Amino acid sequence: MERVPILKIGDILLVSIQVDMSDQTALQLQEDLAERIVSTGSHGVIIDITALDIVDSFVGRMLSTIASISKVLDAETVVVGMRPAVAITLVELGLSLNGIRTALNVERGMELIAAARPDESPDDDEFHDETDEPETTDSA
Amino acid sequence: MALNAEESGRLAALLSEHVDQVTQRWTEAVAVQLRGRLSQAELRRQLQELHRAILTTAENGIVDVDAEHAAELRAVLGELSRGRARQGFSATETAISVYALKEVLLELLEARGGESVLRDFVAFSGLIDQMGLFTFESFVRTREGLIADQAEQLLELSTPVVKLWDGVVAVPLVGTLDSARAQVVMERLLQTLVDTGSPYAIIDITGVPAVDTQVAQHVLKTVVAARLMGAECIISGIRPQIAQTIVALGIEFGDIATKASLADALRHVLRLSGVETSRRSRRGA
Repeated sequence: MERVPILKIGDILLVSIQVDMSDQTALQLQEDLAERIVSTGSHGVIIDITALDIVDSFVGRMLSTIASISKVLDAETVVVGMRPAVAITLVELGLSLNGIRTALNVERGMELIAAARPDESPDDDEFHDETDEPETTDSA
Repeated sequence: MALNAEESGRLAALLSEHVDQVTQRWTEAVAVQLRGRLSQAELRRQLQELHRAILTTAENGIVDVDAEHAAELRAVLGELSRGRARQGFSATETAISVYALKEVLLELLEARGGESVLRDFVAFSGLIDQMGLFTFESFVRTREGLIADQAEQLLELSTPVVKLWDGVVAVPLVGTLDSARAQVVMERLLQTLVDTGSPYAIIDITGVPAVDTQVAQHVLKTVVAARLMGAECIISGIRPQIAQTIVALGIEFGDIATKASLADALRHVLRLSGVETSRRSRRGA
């Protein structure tokens, strides 16, 4: 069975779908992604579908599910790189991919996630790291 | 209606005996109808060619426009009507070039006299009718070809996607938006969004004469498709009458931004993308 790789870039998880999505692959991806979000504490997920020629209702639902899962785990999901032909087909089919944010390319997607979390910039992380010690001493 | 061997022999004899007379009278008859829009010399050359083609075909035996050995006749007729169609002559003016031969033949037959005059004339005019129909068919084909070419050119010319600013593209729509054009516009816009990585697109409908539900549907589809790809569309150039029509038809643009002019749309987009514009203060003011 093919597996979709999940890459971590800074605070963001990048999923680039390069294979045809089967039911198994999709379920596996959902599981893997949920685990990775928790283990890395990422706050953003970018799903790159540049390589997908066909997005049908199945893939559409998968994207929605992933977005919902990520939302529960406090991560923003952005779908990037949808092809014009795919977008036209989705519109003709009447599938609007509700609740999914989209961007033209990975770069824009990263900007979008950064903009959605202005309070979670890397500077803040350093600040949190510094305050980690006093907190632990307090709780100890 | 084809001529049998005997009749075509008589037609060949008639045409070859009075070559000059036939072309002369024929040219005169056609020239009257065309009212000097084609020079006498040019017309004479065309008709001589046609005359020769008919004669050759008649000498070869049975005359029938659809026959295999009449290929040359068909070519000459086709060339004639194509030329007429391109020069903007009407269908009647094209057909008359062939039908005028009837009068000439009638004159010649009357002069010759004899028993078979009537039967020959009916047979000959049947052939000329057939030739006329063939001319008309190729005339229409040429015209249709011209129209198809023009429609295609129109499609290519009238849908440019222009870059207005860094990350902002615009499509100035001009002319009636039918399904085929809407499809082309949609594809071209979305492709440009991908190619340039522009997150904003402005669809300007100043040049669209009327907006009905179908046009609105096409525009809305484009906007939704662009959104799916992660780009925002703004509709601009809505004229007062168009705005009234849109409301009267009950078309809902929902949360899609609409602006009265392209300038307003650009200002809106620049504000969204965080660009500030300010007028430079004049020196000495």
